[in-house]
Amino acid sequence: MSGPGGIATLADHKRKRIDELIARTSDAGGVSLIRDAGRRLLRNPTAIVGAVLILLFLIIAIFAPLVAPHDPVQRFPELTKDLTVDNIPGATAGHPLGSDPLGRDFASRMIYGARQTLFVGVLATLIGLLLGVLLGAIAGAVGGWVDVLVMRLTDVMLALPSLLLAITLVALASRSTQWTVIIAVAVVNVPIFARLLRGSMLAQRESDHVLAARALGVRQRHIVLRHMLPNSLTAVIVQATLTFAVAILDAAALSFLGLGDPDINRAEWGLMLGVDGVRYFEVRPELAYFPALAIILVALGFTLLGESIREALDPKNRR
Amino acid sequence: MPLLDVRDLSVVFQRKGTAPVKAVDGVSFTVEPGQTVGLVGESGCGKSVTSLAIMGLLPRRGNKVTGEVMFEETDLLTLRPQELRDRRGRDIGMIFQDPLSSLNPVIPLGVQVAEVLERHQGRTRQAALKQARELLDAVGIPDPARRLKEFPHQLSGGMRQRALIAIALACKPRLLIADEPTTALDVTIQAQILTLLKELVDDSGTALVMITHDLGVVAGLCDTVNVLYAGKVVERAGRHQLFREPRHPYTDGLLQSVPRLDVDRGGRLHQIRGSVSDNIPWPEGCAFAPRCDRVIDDCIGDTVPLEPTRAGALRCTNPVPREVPV
Repeated sequence: MSGPGGIATLADHKRKRIDELIARTSDAGGVSLIRDAGRRLLRNPTAIVGAVLILLFLIIAIFAPLVAPHDPVQRFPELTKDLTVDNIPGATAGHPLGSDPLGRDFASRMIYGARQTLFVGVLATLIGLLLGVLLGAIAGAVGGWVDVLVMRLTDVMLALPSLLLAITLVALASRSTQWTVIIAVAVVNVPIFARLLRGSMLAQRESDHVLAARALGVRQRHIVLRHMLPNSLTAVIVQATLTFAVAILDAAALSFLGLGDPDINRAEWGLMLGVDGVRYFEVRPELAYFPALAIILVALGFTLLGESIREALDPKNRR
Repeated sequence: MPLLDVRDLSVVFQRKGTAPVKAVDGVSFTVEPGQTVGLVGESGCGKSVTSLAIMGLLPRRGNKVTGEVMFEETDLLTLRPQELRDRRGRDIGMIFQDPLSSLNPVIPLGVQVAEVLERHQGRTRQAALKQARELLDAVGIPDPARRLKEFPHQLSGGMRQRALIAIALACKPRLLIADEPTTALDVTIQAQILTLLKELVDDSGTALVMITHDLGVVAGLCDTVNVLYAGKVVERAGRHQLFREPRHPYTDGLLQSVPRLDVDRGGRLHQIRGSVSDNIPWPEGCAFAPRCDRVIDDCIGDTVPLEPTRAGALRCTNPVPREVPV
């Protein structure tokens, strides 16, 4: 029969087991919202595919001089030799994707294009995000006639199709540069960010924790910046990842219409697709296929990642 | 001199194109330093609106607050927003019903406790966090150093409410308003939280206004009880007096609606017939008359005045008779 000692060891054993269980549950609990979302992202194949795509293009963009076989603006005699309007040389030794219509190395131009295209997309999105968040935060936090004013402004902008608005903006600038494209694409996205943020700010303003903060005498500025804004940003962050894709496509569309960057030496996928790709489609369709494919892949990467981030940040998906 | 003296407080909600709604209708009550006062009534009787009006937390538009809320020497209703902000959290603390939604989900708990200390006592973040740990310890949160870094969703309901109490009492306010602090909690946790509140309030000498629909909470905690009906105080009495000898039929009905273990378990639970919406306007008589078992002709006609009684005050034309000792 087990004596008191036996019972004591049993109790010890049980206590140890309970401590283990407690330690394990509190470990699982000690994860922040962001870190938990990150963990779920890593387990989501969609997110991985998106991230890998973006990373791949980023690496290509950053290390373009190392990756590209040639200078993207140099014209090569071996390519220009037989170059006519009806004959653009395909793949040859040293030029894996052949020539572009001016006898430049097409592969190198594709690689440098990643740089330019990502630069435009990222910058246009960031500028749009910043302006939109600023407008939306002011509208949501101040309310009253300021809110009405900002919202009517966004209404007007949203009433026009986004591409039409971008074209108008580019046309308004006296001289088209790379920056007019970026600004035009950014401005087109401002009303979307502004409305999104204003909506969540309004919801936050009525929330219990903001009431509780007010009951503690917290200053208005502090409430807006520390309590309302951080809680409103999730939707906007996700929208930003989706906007990357749209911005790249918008910039490409502007280039396609001849309203893009006037520097013909600069390699940009939208420009390559829109000008050379269309003009010489019957001679060498690859000039259109490759830039189109690249744009689609980057856009897909951002869309996949954005969608997964939205899913990961949704509190309902928390364990 | 009372710490808080609410005089003839009225709140009227008014929107364009709709009839104004009088949510709080001439409510007066006082809170002495260190005293615990209950505001009791069913949903929609104006308890929460009263507390928000005292704190100046009602929306800026769409309502009209009249009367006086004297806190010590000052009328809180006449203070400028900036002065009122300086007092909230420092002189008057508040605890809300739902502890999860009252905490900011994206800020670690420690920062939320520290925030109020930085705001009112000018502490540095470092010093405030250190004090926050002591505060969490004082409200019985185990391992406070770890909890400081955690987010609200990682705490249990009871712990969240403890944290809110810690935040509300951080600056040692002289008055604490608790708006249904236990409604969102398990019954087992409710008792813990109430005990904790009572201990802290007793130790620090903080006065407490307890807003609740739960008569059990009143019985355990309050010195004086104000029973509200349709925006007006209908009965005021000391706790013992109220439970032993409720005079207003509404109070009586509330007390009889509480399930009891010692009588007639087979029978149906008593209920007050109708609902708060079956009121008549106070100027035309007693608002409770349509639901009252003791209604008489005199109940309809004029506003029934709140008359002082030996125990407190009563607004009734035909009160429940006092039990005559045999």
